[in-house]
Amino acid sequence: MSIISRGFRGRRDAASTDRVPPGQYVTRDYPVLSAGPTPHTPLTRWDFTIDGEVDEPHRWTWEEFRALPSEEITRDIHCVTKWTHLDMVWRGVSLDTLLDGIETSAEYVVQYSDGGYTTNLPLEDLVDGKAWVAFEYEGQPLEPAHGGPARMLVPHLYFWKSAKWVRGLRLLAEDAPGFWEINGYHNYGDPWREQRYWGD
Amino acid sequence: MAGTALLGRLTWQLAELVDVIAETPRATTLVFAVPDWPGHRAGQHVDVRLTAEDGYQTQRSYSISSAPDGTRIALTVVHVQDGEVSPYLTGELRSGDQIELRGPVGGYFVWEPEHGGPLLLVGGGSGLAPLMAMIRLRAAVGSDAETRLLVSSRSWEDILYRTELERLAGHGLTVVHTLTASRPSGWTGYARRVDADMLAEVGPGPAARPQVFVCGPTPFVEAVAEALVTLGHEPRRIKTERFGPTGD
Repeated sequence: MSIISRGFRGRRDAASTDRVPPGQYVTRDYPVLSAGPTPHTPLTRWDFTIDGEVDEPHRWTWEEFRALPSEEITRDIHCVTKWTHLDMVWRGVSLDTLLDGIETSAEYVVQYSDGGYTTNLPLEDLVDGKAWVAFEYEGQPLEPAHGGPARMLVPHLYFWKSAKWVRGLRLLAEDAPGFWEINGYHNYGDPWREQRYWGD
Repeated sequence: MAGTALLGRLTWQLAELVDVIAETPRATTLVFAVPDWPGHRAGQHVDVRLTAEDGYQTQRSYSISSAPDGTRIALTVVHVQDGEVSPYLTGELRSGDQIELRGPVGGYFVWEPEHGGPLLLVGGGSGLAPLMAMIRLRAAVGSDAETRLLVSSRSWEDILYRTELERLAGHGLTVVHTLTASRPSGWTGYARRVDADMLAEVGPGPAARPQVFVCGPTPFVEAVAEALVTLGHEPRRIKTERFGPTGD
């Protein structure tokens, strides 16, 4: 049971209450959260790979990746640092497209990035229109500080589950906690169940 | 105790405000007594939760600026004009009032005495708070780890923990200030934003392989981290903590 904070009124945005998960506040800013310097990988050296529990790794160069069908994605984004930004508009390639035709027995995935970042999640959270590799934000190429040239977009989980500077997915039979997941943050990260930290 | 505080569930705890320190015209340090505080590591933060009479709740994260010290923790809060939480914490909350918090949170942006040095700490504005926890811990345990602290503030009056830093300097700790917006007359120190030349002069250079911690607003951290990489510091040795533009 919570105690009342004497004299605290707070702000609330009645129109969007049902879209803001517990403990979050709405911002129009686009804050940055990264554990280290921003990597800068030239597009000529960029590729995206799906490997692990697959017959053979699947790899796309930047040109091959950009030739795939893409779609506009408008979603609310929830960051574990408490901000929620409504109706962010992205363009990206659906994971359904990237995983199409790939046979696997894997149930888990680790996203890996330039700079060494990793984050894990069940494979089922990447399929059926739930996840994308995004390369544009509001009609512009994704800025490096926000994960450009391309980042994962898994809007139904806290945003650390959407790896910036993503370079590939490793399909795994067993779950393998990633960077923040071994540093105190929740293994799954559902904002509607407020799964911020271990034990939540 | 590395990481042990994180193993259990982080439950909300009652914290009683026991001391208020006016640091600068805009920043206030709030010292809370948290009876069941499990201890923390220098660099970690807490979540603060406020509840209005109608049940509305909101949360914010604040870095802990105190070294581990029993059941007391200090948070330095900058008053953000039009903010939802910081004006309440810095203006409304009185000694004896209780709030809810949980933590400590974060196992990456941390320094332990056994990590040793050399250390390069670069703080912008209230980004100094988690670095101050490291400086205070270093002093408390009598560590002589070589430490360079570069502090970027808007003006002399805006420098957080200024007199304490003067007192702690020496014994391997060098404190360097840069003032970006205004300077007192006769100021001979740096008078610009942190750049690669300044970082090279403050050192330690990449050859000494320092552990680097950078904390501040996003544009500050982006610029400093980029300059450090340009100078040749290994990206993996540069740990960053960014405050969003709302800074609340």
